[in-house]
Amino acid sequence: MGMAAESQFHVLAVDDSIIDRKLIQKLLKTSSYQVTTVDSGTKALEFLGLHQNDTINPNTPSSSPNNHQEVEVNLVITDYCMPGMTGYDLLKKIKESSSLRNIPVVIMSSENVPSRITRCLEEGAEEFFLKPVRLSDLSKLRPHMLKTKFKDQHQKQEEKAAFQSPKQQKTEQNLQQQQQQCNNNKRKAIDEGLSPLRRRTR
Amino acid sequence: MLGLAADRLRADMNRLLAFLFHQGILDEQFLQLQQLQDESSPNFVSEVVNIYFHESEKLLRSLRSLLMDREFSDYNKMGIHLNQFMGSSSSIGANRIRNVCVAFRAASEQNNRAGCLRALELLEHEYCFLKNKLHELFQIQQQRVLAAGVRYPMQNI
Repeated sequence: MGMAAESQFHVLAVDDSIIDRKLIQKLLKTSSYQVTTVDSGTKALEFLGLHQNDTINPNTPSSSPNNHQEVEVNLVITDYCMPGMTGYDLLKKIKESSSLRNIPVVIMSSENVPSRITRCLEEGAEEFFLKPVRLSDLSKLRPHMLKTKFKDQHQKQEEKAAFQSPKQQKTEQNLQQQQQQCNNNKRKAIDEGLSPLRRRTR
Repeated sequence: MLGLAADRLRADMNRLLAFLFHQGILDEQFLQLQQLQDESSPNFVSEVVNIYFHESEKLLRSLRSLLMDREFSDYNKMGIHLNQFMGSSSSIGANRIRNVCVAFRAASEQNNRAGCLRALELLEHEYCFLKNKLHELFQIQQQRVLAAGVRYPMQNI
């Protein structure tokens, strides 16, 4: 409420369960995000790919399409267990794509399987939420989207200045170091055994 | 007069909710649903629950037809249905139903057909019970709205 459309982050939610789609949509909207929901990994990639292809601005010298989407996706949140392409498969595909790999990905699962959690985090997922997802879980999303936005803006600057001054190169290095630190501090559910693991009543 | 009716209805609703929580039929996830309901989605809870009913009945029919098949052996398929049922039940806070699904899944993993049949009957019973109680809850809600003459979101206990 009250936020201009341009300043809202756009989240793509992927889940084959119609109930969970309705829930995550409401949770995300309540958290002031713009939401698109799809019911499969394939459709998610289509949605992401589609916007890569048809919104390249011919006026910019830059080559990276990711910076010029009209409908930018700032985060993908996906269920793990889906028929066909699993959330893990989708995560891999996103991280393997040069144009999509900067988009933060969050995995949701109803099963608390430590090896699954580790695998996803190692593959580049930012968070792993146990279902049912709560509003409090979503408060963890914004930092990831902000970090990426900052990183994207920086990359845009890099590309525009075809010949970098040494000073610019140094700034880029600093940013990369900060990113690494961020990754090291990333909370791993399995190590801490905390927040994603909620005790169920009874 | 109207004030008294509204108070009585509210007491009825609270009593019903307290019962459902106390018996473990519903858990805190249902509260989460109630909290998500607001002016922009004033019927959120009933919408989600109605989707749940629709999906659950499909799943129960599939489970029953699988088990009724004399040549049934596809426990894998049954496991998939059960996972779906477990997931959706968990998402709306249908705690007891989810627990029965867990037991059902265990029987299925052991290829224990008799155990599965017993679990299915229990599941159908629990589902029926929950459906009736939630319908009762929604009815009280509707009456409250009429009694007050305005719409307001469902109160937490």
